[in-house]
Amino acid sequence: MITIKNVYKSFGDLEVLKDISFEFTKGKTTAIIGSSGSGKSTLLRCINGLEQIQSGDILINDISTSKLNHKDLVKDVGMVFQQFNLFSNMTVLNNVMYALLKVKKMNKEDAKKLAIDALITVNVDDKINQYPRTLSGGQKQRVALARALVMKPEIMLFDEPTSALDPEMVNEVLDEIKKLTHTGLTNIIVTHEMGFAKEVADEIIYMDEGRIVEFGPAKDFFNNPKQERTKQFLNKIL
Amino acid sequence: MSKLFNYSAVEPWIPYIVKGLGVTLTIALVAAIFGTIIGIILVVMSKIKVADKFSIAYIDVFRGTPLILQLSMVYFAFPVLLDRVLNDIIGLNLNFELAGLVAAFITFSLNSGAYISEIIRSGINSIDPGELEAAKALGINKFNVYKDIILPIAFKNSFPSLMNEFITLIKESSIISIIGVQDLMRRQQIVTSQTYLYFEPLIIVGIVYYVVIKIFSYLARKVEVKLAYDNN
Repeated sequence: MITIKNVYKSFGDLEVLKDISFEFTKGKTTAIIGSSGSGKSTLLRCINGLEQIQSGDILINDISTSKLNHKDLVKDVGMVFQQFNLFSNMTVLNNVMYALLKVKKMNKEDAKKLAIDALITVNVDDKINQYPRTLSGGQKQRVALARALVMKPEIMLFDEPTSALDPEMVNEVLDEIKKLTHTGLTNIIVTHEMGFAKEVADEIIYMDEGRIVEFGPAKDFFNNPKQERTKQFLNKIL
Repeated sequence: MSKLFNYSAVEPWIPYIVKGLGVTLTIALVAAIFGTIIGIILVVMSKIKVADKFSIAYIDVFRGTPLILQLSMVYFAFPVLLDRVLNDIIGLNLNFELAGLVAAFITFSLNSGAYISEIIRSGINSIDPGELEAAKALGINKFNVYKDIILPIAFKNSFPSLMNEFITLIKESSIISIIGVQDLMRRQQIVTSQTYLYFEPLIIVGIVYYVVIKIFSYLARKVEVKLAYDNN
């Protein structure tokens, strides 16, 4: 599904991804964990072209993303951000409808119907005419999720989707993400929520200092880590 | 009272003076509209290679010279330049004399374009880059990002500064009296030359300016509050 081949990425002199290779399987949920600055968010952002890689290749369905223009690249890739990033000048409904109108060129009625359906799914349909600033963090993130899902992506990228939330709102967002697993969608989640990763992820990747230190099925990974660095990391946070 | 302020002498002139307000506001309004268009074009140009040099030079020149010089250039100097180049050198026979009001429209639009582009630019810089990233991740093209996200938010963020620029235009437009356009200031000079009174016509012109600017400030505040309330 998504093949990462010997990817290098640096910001100026700082190397953030060093020779990353990995194969994400279609329909699976993968959690990427690791301490801050390990390169996990950067890896995610390279997949949908928000960051340019220096060398190596990223293939989606066997097509090199370097050969696609950006619009075609993101056609099947949705993303949810840590800071929600809703369009502050648009209502909740318009936030969700906007890309349907402009990217899928849908007519207004169809787009509105799909958007409302998506907002019902994430349980914020009572807020459709409000502006993002009037919403709680959890509601904002669920709107952001609806905005991505309404585009019918094959791949969903989550960049620390609960890190900016108040503790009591974390679960309402995680529950929505959980519903997306085992639906055929390929999910890649960068997260600090270990319990959640353990529960929903099929596979875990542990990154440190720009490299993949260890990866494996969630159960094996948490119960039986092989690398010393993984053990130390898990000891610190569990 | 009549010794302090000779109202009866100036009274018949009041309607004549107040009529100048129309001229003053027309110039401010025309300059605000065309200045905004020029401002947006300058901002867009500043994002394009090569064209950005023009945008920088334009803003530099218009902010680096006095308005009264720019007005004199447009009204007095450019017609002469055009006359020398096109009539004397190339041999055409055209009349390049500009009406004062047209010169005022051109000068104030060009000048406020430079200032408004800076205002819009700072409005754009205040946009959360995350929103633009979200748009990119959804595959929205640049034109739509500008039209539907960047410019509306930048406009809202810069609304107070834009209103400030409009109020500045109302006040600064008074320098067109040097080219004989009959705005508020020019009418005071005419009334003074007719009545030999300085104090009374100046006070009346002052009151008109002050009241009009108060009204616009009040309306601007109202709109500002509404914008802040409607969206964020």
